[in-house]
Amino acid sequence: MTDLLTVTELTRSYGSFVALDRADLTVAEGARHALIGPNGAGKTTLLNLIAGTDLATSGRIAFAGRDITWQRPHRRSRGGIARTFQHPSVVPVATVLDNVLLGAWHHHTAAPWRRAGRRRIADDCRAILETVGLTGLEHRQAGELSHGRRRMLDLAVALAGRPRLLLLDEPAAGLTDADVTVLLAVLRDLSDDVAVLLVEHNLDVVAAFARTVTVLHHGRPLVTGTPAEIQADPAVREAYLGRRKVAETA
Amino acid sequence: MDWLDAHLIPALDGVAYGMLLFVVAAGLTLAFGSGGVLNLAHGTVYAMGAYIAADIGDGSWGMLVLALAVGAAAGATSGGVLAVAVAPVARRGHLDQALLTFGIALVGGDMLVSYFGADQRQVAVPKALEDSVTIAGHQYPTYRLAFIGVAALLAGLGYWLLVRSTAGAAVRATTDDPEMVAALGLSPRVVHTATLVVAGALAGGAGVLGAPIITPSPETADTVMLWSLIIVVVGRLGSVLGALFAAIAVGEVQTLGVVLAPDLAPYLLFGAMGIALLVRSGSGILPEFAARARVLATRARALKGGGA
Repeated sequence: MTDLLTVTELTRSYGSFVALDRADLTVAEGARHALIGPNGAGKTTLLNLIAGTDLATSGRIAFAGRDITWQRPHRRSRGGIARTFQHPSVVPVATVLDNVLLGAWHHHTAAPWRRAGRRRIADDCRAILETVGLTGLEHRQAGELSHGRRRMLDLAVALAGRPRLLLLDEPAAGLTDADVTVLLAVLRDLSDDVAVLLVEHNLDVVAAFARTVTVLHHGRPLVTGTPAEIQADPAVREAYLGRRKVAETA
Repeated sequence: MDWLDAHLIPALDGVAYGMLLFVVAAGLTLAFGSGGVLNLAHGTVYAMGAYIAADIGDGSWGMLVLALAVGAAAGATSGGVLAVAVAPVARRGHLDQALLTFGIALVGGDMLVSYFGADQRQVAVPKALEDSVTIAGHQYPTYRLAFIGVAALLAGLGYWLLVRSTAGAAVRATTDDPEMVAALGLSPRVVHTATLVVAGALAGGAGVLGAPIITPSPETADTVMLWSLIIVVVGRLGSVLGALFAAIAVGEVQTLGVVLAPDLAPYLLFGAMGIALLVRSGSGILPEFAARARVLATRARALKGGGA
């Protein structure tokens, strides 16, 4: 498999605090890649740098063979990088369908100024809503949805952009067990054309979904491997156990 | 019935004024809503449109259409210029932006006076609209009636665009969360600039069509700006429907109110605005007060419990 995303020596510091410290990471085409690590390990920072929400202090990000380190976030999105946010980001004052249409707007090949094109885009968006289990709620205001459904809508909006790389920032946070089951089913059914980079605290979700896991610790990737390898790795245990000791003494 | 009969004309005038102010204020509320720009030069764009109508218009349909095109284009251009001008202070908060646009308004106002002169200008209306129509036994200028219709059409179109269309959803989303909009592949800056351009075109076009109603003079920009601000504040910043109701209310206060209570005329508008703000803030102030009282009560109970 070839590499879709290559992150080289990426650093992001805020004043004297170094959130990400010369991190290297590669994400393969069609990957199911999870980033885990204790709080403050730099997971979300890394995700934000890849999406362009935040800019690096130094280092390089290459996506599909092109340097995107300084590219603006909307350009990266059009280039095929979609993301969801830790707090599900939807337009609360627009309908569910409008939210997905917004996501599809710049990525669809059909001509939106033609009636047939508009219908095709809307049909595609309805199909995406069906996969995330929001059928029947198209005309509800997104702000009225429950937290779990808003998450699924956020995911649908990201999918509507037909991404090649999907960045998910803690998609299972705040979800009920039933919602997590739906989420995992949706993620499992994703096409292999889409690579997924997932930041997640829920290790059950990581184990059920990821084929590759990278552990971040103090802003640096500690180790990368299959979920089984990661579970057996002594350095990982120490990173997590060390944190637990700190938590116990606090 | 007699009362209605006697006040029909001022009431209709109020609607015409209100619709005109709505078209102007809608642009103002749109620009604030999407980009957070409180554009104090918005009234100047109206005045520019009105001057253009006075300059180009000669009483023919062709020239009215031409004036409308020129006015809207000039307004759109000024919106674009404004977007570029405020970009450097975009992160410095509303006050800096408002100060900058206020400066632009002062300079723009002076430029209008030096170019078009300091006199109040009369505006020629197409012959077919010059006459009056009879409504329930009263004469009413045809132009104002036609204007009410056109403005209502514009209001409907604007509402549809903002609330029903995907472009409108993008504008509303940019207000809410520019980072998310960027993640969707839309540049928040492009959305923002486009909004200012449309708002400018609306104000310029309103100036052209509204010139026979609020005529161009050196005071026009300030008057229209002040009224628009009142409308936008009373109708809640960023709300198009709110602006519509507030605009009609301001129009009626200025026309019907003056007829009904001539002695209070100078204070009516501000009195009405004060009342509207008080009534509206009731929904915000009272629950907050109740919430604070609850917190205090809880603390008091906790203190008592701790002491015992």
